Amino acid sequence: MSEGLTSQEGRLEPRPEGAPEPVRLRRTLPKITDRFAAAGAVLIALVLLATILAPWLAPYPVDRLAPVDALLPPSGAHWFGTDKVGRDVLTRVLYGGQTSLTIAVAVLAVSAVVGVTLGVVAGYAGGWVRDVIMRVTDVFLAFPALLLSLALAVVLQPSVTTAIVAIAATWWPWYARLSASVAASISTRAYVDAARCLGVPAPMIVLRHVLPNSLTPVLVQISLDAGGVILTAAALSYLGLGAQEPTAEWGLMVEQGQTLFTTNWWVVTFPGLAILMTAFAFNVLGEGLRNALDPRRVVK
Amino acid sequence: MIEVRDLQVRYGERVVASVPELDVRAGECVAIVGESGSGKSTTLLSLLGLTEGAHVSGSIRVCGVEVLQAPERRLREIRGARVALVMQSPQAALSPTTRLGTLMRRALKLHGRGGEQGAGPEPERGTGRKARQGKVRRIMVDAVEAVMLDPGILRRYPHEISGGQAQRFAIALAIALGAEVILADEPTSALDVTVQAEVVGVLRRLRAERGLALLLVSHDLALVSTIADRVLVMKDGAVVEGGPAAEVLAEPSHPYTRELLEALP
Repeated sequence: MSEGLTSQEGRLEPRPEGAPEPVRLRRTLPKITDRFAAAGAVLIALVLLATILAPWLAPYPVDRLAPVDALLPPSGAHWFGTDKVGRDVLTRVLYGGQTSLTIAVAVLAVSAVVGVTLGVVAGYAGGWVRDVIMRVTDVFLAFPALLLSLALAVVLQPSVTTAIVAIAATWWPWYARLSASVAASISTRAYVDAARCLGVPAPMIVLRHVLPNSLTPVLVQISLDAGGVILTAAALSYLGLGAQEPTAEWGLMVEQGQTLFTTNWWVVTFPGLAILMTAFAFNVLGEGLRNALDPRRVVK
Repeated sequence: MIEVRDLQVRYGERVVASVPELDVRAGECVAIVGESGSGKSTTLLSLLGLTEGAHVSGSIRVCGVEVLQAPERRLREIRGARVALVMQSPQAALSPTTRLGTLMRRALKLHGRGGEQGAGPEPERGTGRKARQGKVRRIMVDAVEAVMLDPGILRRYPHEISGGQAQRFAIALAIALGAEVILADEPTSALDVTVQAEVVGVLRRLRAERGLALLLVSHDLALVSTIADRVLVMKDGAVVEGGPAAEVLAEPSHPYTRELLEALP
């Protein structure tokens, strides 16, 4: 690495003999060399592609009812079989991914933006500002996530949007807490002091220095959480509080298929596998990112 | 440039720095020496009004601003733009996610240095955006070249440069912003000997060419003897001796100064 550097511009003279190797901080966005991260990314890409291309890939229209074809086992015509109103399960799984992944992305985006904003402000400001923000966060954390989601979903009308709001409401405190602790440690770094010594106003220090340097662990956490959000959304739908018929959504499909498990296993199994695979892929990516971004890890 | 009278910095009951008198004029270099924990760095920070949680009394005038009475906004104007701080660990003082050029451009923008002051040539009013950008670019390149760095360094991230380069970049930033005073907190102690010489060389040249005032905090008496005009020796938060560098270092009157000198290899 140092060989490469000396030959590039920006360095007038080669480092003198015996000079110490300067401390190298890893870039925030490293090349994804980690095998786990790569595997997860490929899996997620496949899932995304399959759901986005659902209208072209799916063998049947998503809402095609065919009572005559009800509960057909997997075959050449219906790879994943059909459900009790004769809809093609493969088609529903492909379309269902659109709903499930939309929920996951929306929940993570909302909770990350809300959580990180509050967390970074709390971490940098410290004092009473942090106390107020963290106590509010603690209140939200005191409720089990699913329970709070349930309560919210009952109060609001059950729908995909409700599911998003409900899950995001229980998810953001984790990001707030994580980014607050990271931001607090970033705020003691010399470059934050240096910025202060340059007369940079506090909001700009937070935006330009604390925030970008706090993002790495949050990114990792987001990818680790994606699977959890999909599972929670599935659980809400399963309990009848998320997506409603005739929306195709994985959790909902599992819920509807579960009573048929002993007689018509395919109705519940394939959407279940889709949830499992997606959750697994995100976890693998998250785990891989955590390894790849860990500054303590030696660069190979 | 700097006038300090009866400065006392306390954390709770503990007095961490007490300086009865400290003056630094333009083009002059004053060094504060003493071991770790003797209150040197605290004294520097108090000049910028950055001693959080401390009780500071006395009078500090920096570039005509009464630091202890000035509002935060006024202080932010002088920080960096008129009084620059060069820190001990040069790379840790640079945000790892920001390119050096971006950092310098933001600092220039923050202090409204589009070429009005500082190292750049005199600008004409009413020039377009493009011309302004060119001007900013000029200031940046001039500043970087003044500390003998290649302008290509502006495209680098902090982890891609060496400690000596980082320290010179910190000085370049001060020049670009048109600082009149440089406060240097152990500017060379994290560097190895040959790189130390480069940084000291740059500081000395700038002082001669641009009339910069330099307040240096160091425990390196060898460095102090080559660059400082006057020396202040601090021990346990108090000034024990002060005077022209040559006199103090040749005939120390306080036993502690003698001890420091004897500790030299």
